[in-house]
Amino acid sequence: MTVNLAVSIGKLKLKNPVMVGSGTFGYAEEFGDFVDLKNLGAIVTKTITIKPRSGNPSPRTCETPAGMLNSIGLENPGIDKFISEKLTELLKIGPPIIVSISSIGDPKEFITLAARLDKIKAVAAIELNLSCPNIKEHSRLISQNPKFTHAVVKMTRKVTKKTLIAKLSPNVTDIVEIAKAAEDGGADAVSLINTLGGMSIDVKSRTPKIAMITGGLSGPAIRPVAVCMVWETYRKIKIPIIGMGGIMDTQNALEFFMAGATAVSIGTGNFINPGLTMEIIRGLESYLSKNKLSGINQLTGSVKT
Amino acid sequence: MSAKKAFNTKAKLISNQHISGNNWHALLRVPAIAAKAVPGQFIQVRFSEGIEPLLRRPFSIHGARGADISIMYEVVGTGTRIFSEKKAGETLEVVGPLGNGFDISLSRCKGVEVSILVAGGMGVAPLVFLAQKLSTISSKLETVVLVGGRTREQVLCLNEFRKTGCAVKVSTDDGSSGTRGRVTNLLENALRKIDDPECTMVYACGPKSMLKGVDTVVKKFGIPAQLSLESHMACGIGACLGCVVDTTEGYKRVCKEGPVFNAQELTWGERTE
Ligand SMILES: Cc1cc2nc3c(=O)[nH]c(=O)nc-3n(C[C@H](O)[C@H](O)[C@H](O)COP(=O)(O)OP(=O)(O)OC[C@H]3O[C@@H](n4cnc5c(N)ncnc54)[C@H](O)[C@@H]3O)c2cc1C
Ligand SMILES: Cc1cc2nc3c(=O)[nH]c(=O)nc-3n(C[C@H](O)[C@H](O)[C@H](O)COP(=O)(O)O)c2cc1C
Ligand code: FES
Repeated sequence: MTVNLAVSIGKLKLKNPVMVGSGTFGYAEEFGDFVDLKNLGAIVTKTITIKPRSGNPSPRTCETPAGMLNSIGLENPGIDKFISEKLTELLKIGPPIIVSISSIGDPKEFITLAARLDKIKAVAAIELNLSCPNIKEHSRLISQNPKFTHAVVKMTRKVTKKTLIAKLSPNVTDIVEIAKAAEDGGADAVSLINTLGGMSIDVKSRTPKIAMITGGLSGPAIRPVAVCMVWETYRKIKIPIIGMGGIMDTQNALEFFMAGATAVSIGTGNFINPGLTMEIIRGLESYLSKNKLSGINQLTGSVKT
Repeated sequence: MSAKKAFNTKAKLISNQHISGNNWHALLRVPAIAAKAVPGQFIQVRFSEGIEPLLRRPFSIHGARGADISIMYEVVGTGTRIFSEKKAGETLEVVGPLGNGFDISLSRCKGVEVSILVAGGMGVAPLVFLAQKLSTISSKLETVVLVGGRTREQVLCLNEFRKTGCAVKVSTDDGSSGTRGRVTNLLENALRKIDDPECTMVYACGPKSMLKGVDTVVKKFGIPAQLSLESHMACGIGACLGCVVDTTEGYKRVCKEGPVFNAQELTWGERTE
């Protein structure tokens, strides 16, 4: 039996639903030795800002129970250098390229960035990172406020017809309210979830384990939170959900589909097993055929409650 | 850069032996990596199929011969403790060889090349491999190894170094072996005798405080040095930007542009760890 892994996210057609989490896959070239890159469902870039950013001081990462903290600080070459140096290489690979963007000061930077990318036909979609916890310029995240979320999505929507994905923070009282705000603003999909705020202290030295004191928690530790948020959101919005948070194997990915995800992103799992994305694509295929399901779509939201 | 290839593969543990104190030596059968590894490169080892510990741990390649590579490690936490409990015959998942190794071409030198290797504690691990490599190159006529440790127990691999035919000098903080004091004092004495800086290269690996000391000494004498750095790593392959060190050209990834850096490019600034 042939199974169909293809899914649609807005205007975007993916040959399979396995993508990579922004900031966890470099600019893809880093994984060339471990992954047949052309087989990925889509590639999401590290978040790009208007100006280059050097990022935060070291140490930027530390391990925590079943997870890790990071405070990279959106280190990126800036949109100009990204387009001239990284994008061309990314586009050669084959799968749709989703460019993640963020503002540092003025949220209008999203408009500038989206307008630039809109002119580049080969860019498949834009992910609005409304949820990076690691920039010292931000005391609150856009996606911690439904009005801001709505406003930013709406103004970006005006400058591009490309598929727009809103990436949301789990550090909120009600994820559904924020996801709805993104949907109403014109988002074609939401990415759930970005990292959870976290902190870890070395008690011997009485110092925080990462230089920025607090950071973003990712990995298996956050998976139940992520699955829960996908499930709650799925029942209340119509646009597709890209689920992520601690996916380490096919079983974990299946949880996200059953909770309501249309596609999944692999993040921290890439660090532990650089070939993970390919294993999950094969794993989903064999799960579908074993269970006599013709398409991955049939799994979305299929949890029996 | 792209000519280099890394592998995500299984390695069979051939032996895993206690050496002294908390120090261990492991031999891994992993032909793909053994064939490609150069001194200064490292591997990322996964100790558990599960989530404790979650991330891989980086270890310098201590030697490569035939189908095998060797690793020397100190038990300092969960990952290395699990490593020490593994038995011969078990398999480990490894990614490597990773990073840029030492650059051993002294292009401007017309005469006899002098290599000075400075090791602190577990910093001997990649330097033994380097000493072996240097001993096979006819133009590298003189290699001096300076090994430091807190105590006698932390002074490692003296025989391995001697076997490569190089001169070995030892220092310990407490004087329990060799000269009492810092290994950087030995370096200072050695550099005083150097008359051609263009034909001299210092290679160092060890704790950050030692590397900073080496940097100060080599700058005083105007001699170049290559320092192998450590950093907390998540991916080890250049993707997460988690391991950066501050350089004169901004942050660089220890796992990708390093772990070996030219002393001149390191700033040791307050932006550094
Ligand atoms: C390029 C590179 C090469 C290395 N080569 C060797 C080697 O040949 N032999 C060897 O014994 N060790 C080496 N290390 C250090 C080794 O990776 C750490 O000691 C190891 O990751 C500790 O793991 P753990 O789970 O036992 O300790 P954890 O429980 O993770 O930590 C125990 C202690 O070690 C510190 N630590 C953890 N990771 C690192 C790290 N990457 N660098 C420095 N300190 C760390 C922690 O802050 C903590 O204080 C190397 C590190 C790098 C980056
Ligand atoms: C090191 C690191 C860097 C990240 N950088 C970004 C980023 O630049 N933009 C973004 O939207 N998310 C970023 N993320 C969040 C991930 O894309 C993902 O949403 C999150 O880590 C949860 O998934 P995971 O548990 O599978 O990693 C980063 C995560 C990590 C671990
Ligand atoms: S450890 Fe991820 S970039 Fe170096």
